[in-house]
Amino acid sequence: MRGRPELYTSYAQDTAFLNTRPKRAWTGALVAFALLVPFLVTDDLLVLLATGFVAAIGAIGLNIVTGYAGQVSLGHAFFLAIGAYTGAALSGDPDGRVIGFGVTSLPVWLLASGLVAGLAGLLVAPLAVRLRGLYLAIVTLGLVFLGEHVFREWTSLTGGPGIGRPAAVPELLGVRLDRPSAWFTGPQQLYLLMFVLLVVFGVLARNLVRSRIGRAFAAVRDRDLAAAVIGVDPTRYKVLAFAISSFYAGVAGSLLFAVNGFFDPGSFGLLLSVQYIAMVLIGGAGTISGAIMGALFITLLPRVTRELPEVLPFISADATGAVTVFQVEAVLYGLLIVVFLIVEPRGLVGIWARVRNYWRTWPFSY
Amino acid sequence: MSEFLQSLVRGLGTGSVYALLALGFVIIHKSTRVISFAQPAFMLAGAVLVAHLSPGVGFFLAVPVAALVIAALALGVERTVLRPMIGKPVFVVAIITIGVDVVVRVVTNAFIGLDVLPVGDPWGLTTVSLLGVEVQQRYLVMLATTVAVVVALFAFFRFSRTGLAMRAVAHDQEVALAQGIRVGSVFALSWALAGGLAALAGVFVATGAGVDQQLWVVALKALPAVILGGLDSLGGAVAGGLAVGVVESLVGTYQGDVAPWLGPNFALVAPYALMLVVLLVRPHGLFGAKEVERL
Repeated sequence: MRGRPELYTSYAQDTAFLNTRPKRAWTGALVAFALLVPFLVTDDLLVLLATGFVAAIGAIGLNIVTGYAGQVSLGHAFFLAIGAYTGAALSGDPDGRVIGFGVTSLPVWLLASGLVAGLAGLLVAPLAVRLRGLYLAIVTLGLVFLGEHVFREWTSLTGGPGIGRPAAVPELLGVRLDRPSAWFTGPQQLYLLMFVLLVVFGVLARNLVRSRIGRAFAAVRDRDLAAAVIGVDPTRYKVLAFAISSFYAGVAGSLLFAVNGFFDPGSFGLLLSVQYIAMVLIGGAGTISGAIMGALFITLLPRVTRELPEVLPFISADATGAVTVFQVEAVLYGLLIVVFLIVEPRGLVGIWARVRNYWRTWPFSY
Repeated sequence: MSEFLQSLVRGLGTGSVYALLALGFVIIHKSTRVISFAQPAFMLAGAVLVAHLSPGVGFFLAVPVAALVIAALALGVERTVLRPMIGKPVFVVAIITIGVDVVVRVVTNAFIGLDVLPVGDPWGLTTVSLLGVEVQQRYLVMLATTVAVVVALFAFFRFSRTGLAMRAVAHDQEVALAQGIRVGSVFALSWALAGGLAALAGVFVATGAGVDQQLWVVALKALPAVILGGLDSLGGAVAGGLAVGVVESLVGTYQGDVAPWLGPNFALVAPYALMLVVLLVRPHGLFGAKEVERL
C-alpha cells in the first residue's frame, strides 16, 4: 500500500494509535511545545497547568466509566479523596500531627493511592451494577456525602475541617520535586512531572479503550442487553470500569494537592464531582483527548474570570460587591455545561473535529 | 418516652418537607423520565422570595405568591432550556438541570447576602404542649400543610381532566399524544408543580432558623427519599420523605449514645446511608415499579 497511507486494510490499522501522519506530526509538535512551556511562562501559571494535567488524569478516569462504559458517576470526588488521603498518609511525617508513614517515594504512594481507590471502587461496584442511569447517579451522590462526613470526623487522618493536613510529598529518587534544585525551580519540576504522568496515563487509557475491554465498555454503554447477547458480561465490565476509573481518580487525587502542598476535607464536596463531570462533558464524552482538553479548560477558567474585573468594572474581585468573580465563575460552569450539551454535544473535541474537517478540504469546504 | 415522641414529631415535620420536595422529583420524573437536579435552586429561590415579600405583604400572602412565581420560573426554565432537549438521553438532560441549578442558585445567593435572612414566619421556635409533650409548632404546621397538599395533589391526579392527562403521559407518551393530549404542556405543568412544591418546602425549611446560602443542601436529602420510595411512585415519595425525616431525627437523638464512633452530625448523612442499605436489598426502592428487563 505504498503511497496510500490512509487506506486501511485491517481493523488493527484502523484502531492503531496515532495512525495518520498529521496526527503524529501534531502530537509531536504538541509534546515538544509542552516541554518548552516551563521555560517560557511564569511559575504561577506553571502551577496552574500542572494542576490542570493532574485534573486531566482524573477526568480520563471519569471518562472511562461515564464516557466509555456509560455509567454516570457523581462520586468521583469520593475516590479522589481516598487517593489524596492514601498518598498523604503514606508519605506524611511519622512524627507529625496527623497519620503519616514516611514513605516519600513517589512511585510507591502513587500506585498505592490508585490501588486503594480502585479497591474502594470495587467495593462500591456491587451496588452500581444493580442500578442503572439516574439511580446510579443519585447513589454515587450519596457516596460523596458519606465520604465528606467520614473525612470531616476522622481528624487524626485529615486534620479536620478548616485545618487540613500536608499533602503527599513528591519525592523521586531522593529529590524533593516541589523544592528548587540546581537546574529547575519547584513549579518547573512539578509541571514536567505532571506532564510525564499525564502522557503515561493518557497513553495507557487510550490503549485500554481501543482494546477488547474498551469495545466491551462501549457495548455495555450502548445497550447492555445487546452486549450480554453477544457475549459481553455487563456486570463484569461495569465492575471493571468502576475499578479502573477509581484507580485513575486515586492517582489524580494523590497528585492534585501535591502541587499546593496542603488540603482540607472540605475540598471533596459535590462541587468537585460536578467539576469533573463538566470537564468530561465540555471536553467531549468518550474521548481521551477531550478529557484532557476539558480538564485544562475548567482549570484555567478561574484564571480568566479573575481578569474580568479589569474589563468589566461592575464585577468585584473580592467577596463584597453585588456581583463577584466567584459568582460569575459558578454561573459560567453551569452555563457552559448547558450550552455545550445543547449546541455541541461532542464538546471541545467536536469543535476541533469541525475545524479540522473545514481546513482539510479547504478551499472547497462548505 | 417524651424525648422519643419529640424526636418523632420533629422527624415527621422535616420529613414532610422532604416529602414535598420528593413529590416534585417524582412528578417531573414520571412525566419526562428525567431527574431534575434544579429542585434545590427552586427551593432556595422560594424561601428567599418569601423572605423579601413577607415584610411588605405579610407571611401568609407571601407564601402562595412565592410558590406561584417559582412555579412560573420553573415553567420558563422548562420551556427555554429543557424543551430543546426532548429526545436526548436522560443523563444529558439531568446534567443540564445541574447547570440550571447552579445558575439559579448563584443568582439567588446574590439576594441572600452573607447574613441569615428571616422569612418572617409567625411560629419561630415556639413550642406547644401536645398530650404532655412539648413540640415545636412549626413541625405541626409543616405536617398539616403537607397532608393538605398531598390530598389536593392526589385528588387532582385522580379526578381532574388535566390530572388524567398527566397520568396518561406518565404511562405512555406516544399513546397520550395520539389521544390528543398536549404532551409538551404536561411537561411544562409538571415542572411548574415541582417548582411550586419546592418553593413551599423552602419556606418550611427556613422557618425558625432563616435562609442562608447553605439551605439548598437540605433539598438533596429528598433524593434518598425519592430513591427509597421508588422514582415512579407518588405515594412512595411521601412515605420515603417521612421515613428519611424520622430516621434522620431519631439518629440525631440517639446515635450519640448508641454509636458515638460514627461521629457527631452523622444524622445529616444518615439518609444517604439508609438509601444505600435499602438499595442493596431492593434496587427499585420500596414502592417503585420493577423493570421487566432482566440482567
